[in-house]
Parts: sequence; C-alpha cells; structure tokens
Amino acid sequence: MKLKKLTRDIDFMDKVEELSGQSLNSCIQCGTCAAGCPFVEDMEILPERVFKHITLGNIDKVLEHNTMWICAACYTCSVRCPRDIDIAKIMEAVRQVVLRANIDMVDVDEIDNMEELPQLAVVGCFRKETG
Amino acid sequence: MEKSHLYYPGCTMKTKASDYEDSAMKVMEKLGEPLIEMEDWYCCGAVQSLTEDDIMHQIAPIRTMCCAQEQGEDEIVTLCDMCYNVLRQANDRMKENEDDLETMNEFLDEDPDYDGGVEVYHLFHILEGMKEEIEDAVENPLEDMVVAPYYGCMLLRPDNVAIDETEDPEIMEGILELLGLEVLENPKRTECCGSYHTVNRSDIVEKRVEDIVSHAVKEGAEAIVLSCPLCQFNLDFNQRATEFDVPVFYITELMALSFGLDIEMKKHKIDPRSLLKEKGILE
Repeated sequence: MKLKKLTRDIDFMDKVEELSGQSLNSCIQCGTCAAGCPFVEDMEILPERVFKHITLGNIDKVLEHNTMWICAACYTCSVRCPRDIDIAKIMEAVRQVVLRANIDMVDVDEIDNMEELPQLAVVGCFRKETG
Repeated sequence: MEKSHLYYPGCTMKTKASDYEDSAMKVMEKLGEPLIEMEDWYCCGAVQSLTEDDIMHQIAPIRTMCCAQEQGEDEIVTLCDMCYNVLRQANDRMKENEDDLETMNEFLDEDPDYDGGVEVYHLFHILEGMKEEIEDAVENPLEDMVVAPYYGCMLLRPDNVAIDETEDPEIMEGILELLGLEVLENPKRTECCGSYHTVNRSDIVEKRVEDIVSHAVKEGAEAIVLSCPLCQFNLDFNQRATEFDVPVFYITELMALSFGLDIEMKKHKIDPRSLLKEKGILE
C-alpha cells in the first residue's frame, strides 16, 4: 500500500490554541456544537470538522471554507460543549489568523443601507470582520 | 435620599434605540430609582474581543469603568444587552487577571488607575429586585395581549455573565406577568437573531428572523418583547422578508404603557399602535 505524504501545518494549531487559550485535542467530535448552532445551515463545513482539520494541520481546509465567518459568536456551542471548550474563542482565533494578515471580510463601500443600520451592528461587524 | 443608578447609554441608545431609552428613563423615574447618565463614557465596542492576547480592545470598556470610578460610583447599569455583555466580560477579565489589569493601567493615561472596583449590571438586575414597586405602579394592566419574551444571546452567554439560567431564563417572564400580560413559552427565546450579520449577510438574519417569529406566532404570540437594540432591529426590520407583521417591543415600552406613561414609540418599523388600539391599551 502506498501512503500519500500529507502537508501539515502544526504551527497553525499552536497559533489557534495560543490565541484562544483552548485545547483543540480535548474535542471528542461529538457534534453538540453543530447540533445547537443556529447558523449551521450556512456553514460549508461543520464546526467540529473545522477543529479536526486544525488538529490535523490542514490549514487550507479550514481557511477555504466559510464556517468561522458565519459564526456570530453567540456562544451557544461554548455553553453546551461537554468538554468545556470555549468554541466561540476558537472561531475568533481562526478569524484573527486571517484578519491579522491584513485581509478584511467587509468593505464599507459595499454597504448600501448604512444609514438604516443601528450603530452597534456596524461596530460589531467591523470588529469581527476587519483587522 | 432617593436611590438612583449610574446609567451607561452606549452608541445606539440616543438614535436608533431612542424608544428604549425614552421608555426606560420614564419607567425608572416612576419606580423611584431614576437612571442618571454618566458624565463621560466611551463606546464599548459592541462585541467582545475573544483572543487571549488582545488587551487593546478592552481599553474602551475599562475607560468607562474609570469614568464611573472618577464619579465616585461603584456600579453602572446598561439598557443594551450588547453593552452589558462587553463591559461585563472586559471588566471581569481585569478583576480576575492581575497582569491584564496592570498592563491596562500602564497603558491608560487615566489618573488614578482603575482599581477593579466597579460592577456592571443590566436593567434586568435592577428590575428583578423591584417586583413590588412594579406591581404597585401598574395602572392599566395589559390584559388580553399575548407576548413572547425573547432573550437572544448577550444576556445569557457566556454563562459567567448570564443574568439568569442560560438555557431556561425566567426574569423577563416574571416582569411581564406583573403587567397583566399573557406570557407564552417561546421555544426560540434564547437563539441568536443573526446579530451583526445584518450589515452584510442580511440573508442569514432573515432566516433567523423567520425561524424565531414563526415559532412565536405558532405558540400564539401577538407581540415579541426584548431588551436588545440589535435584536429589536433585526426582528422588527427583517420581518419585511417574511409573511409576518408582529410588533417587537422593548420591555420598558410595555412597562410604561401599563404604568399609564406617555412614550414615543417612534422608531418601530412595524407600527405597534394598531395592536395596542385593538387591545384597548391606546385610544
């Protein structure tokens, strides 16, 4: 049997753990996070799959999907995780890896109803989606 | 001396959520514990920054704590759920982590240093202890109206800042019943409304709103009641994408109406007046 050599980025996992203060290896892939997530239908891969990719060092698999951007940090998964992993912090850490590379996910010029929006929505969006 | 509360408004209360501030001020005045706005304050940042190394985004909330300290106060009260959540999380982080507090004080040019002695409360914390006063203030019980309480996220999660049981809160129900309302069990009352996605992913918010409102209506709700300006905007404004037309009240608006107070109700997209007239609450 021929084994394929995989490219793995363990530094990515270290970075996410450092930023989030959470241990990714604690995840038992039970799916409680996905089961309770109100945004899961818009996520391209489920949260626990994101964690698995991070522990395997598959950085591209994490970053090419939209899961961390669909997460709105509602903390439902964080309060329900049976392993006490603060999942919202992991999603934030993954977002920050991207944003700190000067990649923004929202462009002020593309918001056409700015005057209609309440201030806290705009502040919140720019805090979560720009670096 | 009359008891009062040091009030932190935040960025939205003076404009888009002025109906909330207007009614809350009048209600607390009537209850004998008025809200007195802080002499100085800063925008909280709306969402909490969750990375371990990010002290920078804790600065604005802690500057606000310094403002309270400067005024000689040790408590502040918010009306906005997001302000409550962010101020409370940032403040707790400083109280629990000496190194973070030291770093913060080194950076801040405020004098004296923040001593970690201010507590952050939400209006619900105050109202919970005033049930007798509320009962006594009700002049026009809001009978025959069925409402669905909606908590959303920021009052209940993460659990270390929750104002009540994370999965089964009752604070709001307890107050609404005192007003004479029929309060139903709203199955989606703790689910997120879509939050800041309203800025650039309104499709996501519309799905959340459809889900939340349809379940409330199925249970028999004639109105939804809440306390967060962003939830109010999302559930009110985004119902236009659904088949529903359910008024979305701030809890203090219903309190004010039951107390016989005149309130503005100027910013609602779905005008609540026809429902209130139908119920004999407004003429």
